[in-house]
Amino acid sequence: MKTFNYHSAKDVKEASKLASSNSAFLAGGMTTIPSMKLGLASYKDIIDIKRIKKLTGIKVSGKTVTIGATTKHSEVASSKDVKKAIPSLAALAEGIGDPQVRNRGTIGGSIANNDPAADYPSACIALNATIHTNNRSIDAEKFFRGMFETCLKSTEVIETIEFSIPEKSSYQKLPNPASRYAIIGVYVAKHKTGINVGVTGAKSCVYNDKDLAGALTKNFSSSAIDSVKISSSGMNSDIHASSDYRANMVKAFTKKAVDAC
Amino acid sequence: MKKIAIEVNGKKVSKEIQDHTTLSGLLRDILNLTGTHIGCDTSQCGACVVHVDGKSIKSCTALAADLDGSKVTTIEGLASNGKLHPMQEAFKKMHGLQCGFCTPGMVMSAVDLLKNKKNPSDQEIRDWLEGNICRCTGYHNIVAAVKEAASKM
Repeated sequence: MKTFNYHSAKDVKEASKLASSNSAFLAGGMTTIPSMKLGLASYKDIIDIKRIKKLTGIKVSGKTVTIGATTKHSEVASSKDVKKAIPSLAALAEGIGDPQVRNRGTIGGSIANNDPAADYPSACIALNATIHTNNRSIDAEKFFRGMFETCLKSTEVIETIEFSIPEKSSYQKLPNPASRYAIIGVYVAKHKTGINVGVTGAKSCVYNDKDLAGALTKNFSSSAIDSVKISSSGMNSDIHASSDYRANMVKAFTKKAVDAC
Repeated sequence: MKKIAIEVNGKKVSKEIQDHTTLSGLLRDILNLTGTHIGCDTSQCGACVVHVDGKSIKSCTALAADLDGSKVTTIEGLASNGKLHPMQEAFKKMHGLQCGFCTPGMVMSAVDLLKNKKNPSDQEIRDWLEGNICRCTGYHNIVAAVKEAASKM
């Protein structure tokens, strides 16, 4: 791993001030550190934000669940509050990586990295999340821009992620058997205001499948999507699954999610 | 360089380390605790699992600088007064290892499992050991060893 300057920021202001186009914020480091070791990334400054107390914790209030950016997957998975308010979100966290990864990896790190096969981005889409940073609040639909790309600026720190509590929801994924990343992951959520179908693993970036959501709005049952055609155009194709297979699995896992709601 | 003070296997340690030193590097290269193994070095294989503040983590993917003030337990810290920990004893008895490379990580991960769940099922053991890869045993005897330890602990 190439050398860098390590900083432990005491508050968000300091973290943001230390940041530049040649720095990275460090939370769990489950992607950042292996990426640096593999030579895929290098930075002059690594700014650790784990010791900023304000960035961790879970709050449930009426219609929303708000999770601090450096809250670990294991904390979300075991939170009684999350299990009660949005059980599918706790289950999603429980299915990330392995226990040691869940003991380090954070929700903010996951969404800031926006891996096309990560789990949390689909939750943000399905649960109408608002991503609160140190200088603005961003709707999930606008936050995720493309492969490993978000609208975050280099000095911008995610503080909390606020999820709307749905009437019903379920996240179903076909995990890669080795890494547990999603070959396909589908998060279906039924809100009073509408239905979202957040799909991860299928394309270069998470998306809300409006065709599936439209069919489910008319009739919330797995048979309602039988006639929806899922095009494999633009879908990922790799050694794990072809684009045609992925297209098929998007439908299969949407059905699974609807049945589990 | 950064100065850190941590506790390793009950002993206080104060060291000056490079900013990019990982916990596995600190343990093996600076403290000569070579029981913690480095396999993939990218947090997939689990050979480097240790406990930090009571929780199992992969030490190859944690910066030592970020663990200032933490309590670390490695495989060397499990045995007490020359007596193996029940998990180590169970791995020996049930032939839960062959070449032994993955074993320190397996044992540390399994000890953390039993802290959270006293009598895990076969499936729960397999799910928990998801992040520990063994290329010799086929896992069967590892699961048997964890069950044996659970019955003794």
